[in-house]
Amino acid sequence: MSEAIAVPKNGKEPSYLDYQGKHKGLLGWILSTDHKRIGILYLVAIISFFLVGMTFGFLMRLELIAPGRTIMDAQTYNSFFTLHGVIMIFLFVIPGIPAVFGNFFLPILIGAKDVAFPRLNLLSWYLYIIGGLLAVTSILMPGGPMDTGWTFYIPYSVRTGTNVSLALFAAFVLGFSSIVTGLNFVTTVHRMRAPGMDWFKMPLSVWSIYSTAWVQVLATPIIGITFLLVIVERAFGVGLFDPALGGDPVLFQHLFWIYSHPAVYIMILPAMGVVSEIIPVFARRTIFGYKFIAMSSIAIALFGSLVWAHHMFTAGMSNTGQFIFSLLTMVVAIPSAIKVFNWTATLYKGSIELSTPMLFVLAFIFQFSIGGLTGVMQGVLSIDIMIHDTSFIVAHFHYVMFGGTGFGLFAALHYWFPKMFGKMYNERVGKVAFWHLFVGFNTLYFPMFIMGWLGMPRRYFDYLPEFQIYHLISTIGSWILIAGVLIMITNLIKALVSGKKFTEKNPWGGETLEWQIETPPIHENFYEIPTVHETPYQYKQNESETLKTPEVK
Amino acid sequence: MFNGASNFSHDVDAIFLFTLAVSIFFLVLITGLMIYFVIKYNRKRNPKATNVHSNMGLEIAWTIIPTILVLIMFWYGWMGYTDMSEAPEDALTIEVTAQMWKWGFKYENGKTADSLYVPVNKAIKLNLTSLDVNHAFYIPAFRIKKDVYPNQSRMVWFKSDKIGKYDIACAEYCGLNHSYMYNKINVLSEKDFNEWLATGVNTDSLAVKDSTTQVISN
Repeated sequence: MSEAIAVPKNGKEPSYLDYQGKHKGLLGWILSTDHKRIGILYLVAIISFFLVGMTFGFLMRLELIAPGRTIMDAQTYNSFFTLHGVIMIFLFVIPGIPAVFGNFFLPILIGAKDVAFPRLNLLSWYLYIIGGLLAVTSILMPGGPMDTGWTFYIPYSVRTGTNVSLALFAAFVLGFSSIVTGLNFVTTVHRMRAPGMDWFKMPLSVWSIYSTAWVQVLATPIIGITFLLVIVERAFGVGLFDPALGGDPVLFQHLFWIYSHPAVYIMILPAMGVVSEIIPVFARRTIFGYKFIAMSSIAIALFGSLVWAHHMFTAGMSNTGQFIFSLLTMVVAIPSAIKVFNWTATLYKGSIELSTPMLFVLAFIFQFSIGGLTGVMQGVLSIDIMIHDTSFIVAHFHYVMFGGTGFGLFAALHYWFPKMFGKMYNERVGKVAFWHLFVGFNTLYFPMFIMGWLGMPRRYFDYLPEFQIYHLISTIGSWILIAGVLIMITNLIKALVSGKKFTEKNPWGGETLEWQIETPPIHENFYEIPTVHETPYQYKQNESETLKTPEVK
Repeated sequence: MFNGASNFSHDVDAIFLFTLAVSIFFLVLITGLMIYFVIKYNRKRNPKATNVHSNMGLEIAWTIIPTILVLIMFWYGWMGYTDMSEAPEDALTIEVTAQMWKWGFKYENGKTADSLYVPVNKAIKLNLTSLDVNHAFYIPAFRIKKDVYPNQSRMVWFKSDKIGKYDIACAEYCGLNHSYMYNKINVLSEKDFNEWLATGVNTDSLAVKDSTTQVISN
């Protein structure tokens, strides 16, 4: 897509991994403003928190294998589902793809040397780490870990004696990390695109990270302020939300969801970008409906910001409110549907190779479709009254957040791994891990749809005996899923520590800019800033060299 | 599973089944096409891809058709919801209070009870309020749910058409024993109900003592 950009003028430069800056060793990493190193720092932190969150999830599922107390008491269980939610949402899914792959690849994909504000970028990582440490501290401090659910609904969150304030402050700090990253990416996309790269020549993952960044900047301050107000209420007894003090608990729910619903799109949009990026590469053809996919990202960001109160259909809003929020919720399903149809159509007449990243992407489409369609069901008012706050909802958002974003992140990890580290994982083991994850995921979460419709409320430490069969299947699913995660991580770590270097520039035959540069990339990515002439994903079917299937073993 | 016991269950189940059918159709369509393409255009079978950029007709079709479908779903959901949002004038009103972690019920004649007793085939209006934190009043078999707030009042109504005992659950997380905040609603014949209502205050004489959980959903 661009003219010879890979030719070094003065010989080959060392990769960003070997690059010697001002500092050496560990300092060379934690003080580096290189977007790629920051991306790796995020990756390590995010995967660590994912494993912690997963452990809480595993223990919760184990507790629920049979009715009654199994391995923990109710208070511990209530803390565990809260910690699982808080860690997974604020420390894993929200930063997730943008912080790791956005940082690493956004500048490369638009032909830039770095993000617009490299120092701010490093600051955002520190804010993330400080937020994460504060959250961990709140678990360990006397008073006990918070037990409010990740939604922190008032008045319970004002009255509980657990460490809610510290956890809220942690989320407040994490919010700033998110805002700063968003601001950085918006500016980078506006100001740093290589010559010739018009808006409609940007790769689709850039479009989705760009849409996400706007939501991060505009929506996150609302939750920050709201959490501060709760802290003030807890500390000084100011009556804002607690009805006993003259406040309004429903107001809190509105403020909470005004951010937390758009946050759902902060979580899913970048994964959609990954899917749009990977499908054409492994189908060896251009993406179907580029503009529709690009514009649907913007539409999702826009409409997704206007549907928050569909989390509150049982709260007793006015009928006008119910009508509008239900209607808008149905509308927001359309751009997502457009994406799914275009992705599927991109497989048509392709030359498809089922490598590990592609398997994750196809699983994403399947699971995200289930998550999306059940989301539409919840948008239907009278159905939502029945299934609200049941395990149907738990199943739905795990299909979107884990089956969607999680699998998207794993796809991205396998797709960009060779470029990021200059190492290659074992493809066969990668596939074994994938099938464990796929089977485990669906076994774990699908039964929750059924029992939710049957009336199993969520956040229940104990349950009626008729639900046991579903809980049992679900718990078995969690074991398969965790086996998959462990196989996957072992496979990647083994590749990392192996001495075998991988320097092929373009192992998958991709046409975006990151595949034209060195593996691993040099310090400032490009020897010379490229000039872009064409839209991305122009697989020239008549030129034999672009059709060459690279052998990756 | 589709064996509810209130005036709403039939409608809610019908809309649910309709959206479920549409969802299954699209899921099968997408997954089926995906698998078909992956097999047919597999690299071994089809080493050379063909670029197909876009197709305006298709893009319009898969924008318009889902839009129409979701609008139909929306409309039926809205109609179903408006039915739930206003109780008939002649409804029997019962005051319900929620607190960590139990429910209390008070009737128009001043009688209070620990479980809910209602006559069959009569509109029942519940005024809900909480004494401490948020709860949610949920009868799965009736397909109804409403959040319950302190210092505020919410309303939920229903008409049950089947004599029997059904579960009442708390659906909004409310602390330690949230999952034990179950109660029962006893739907009685009009005669039995009137007898029950007339007997002294705060009695549970007709409460069936067995602990089996019947008809949470079938």
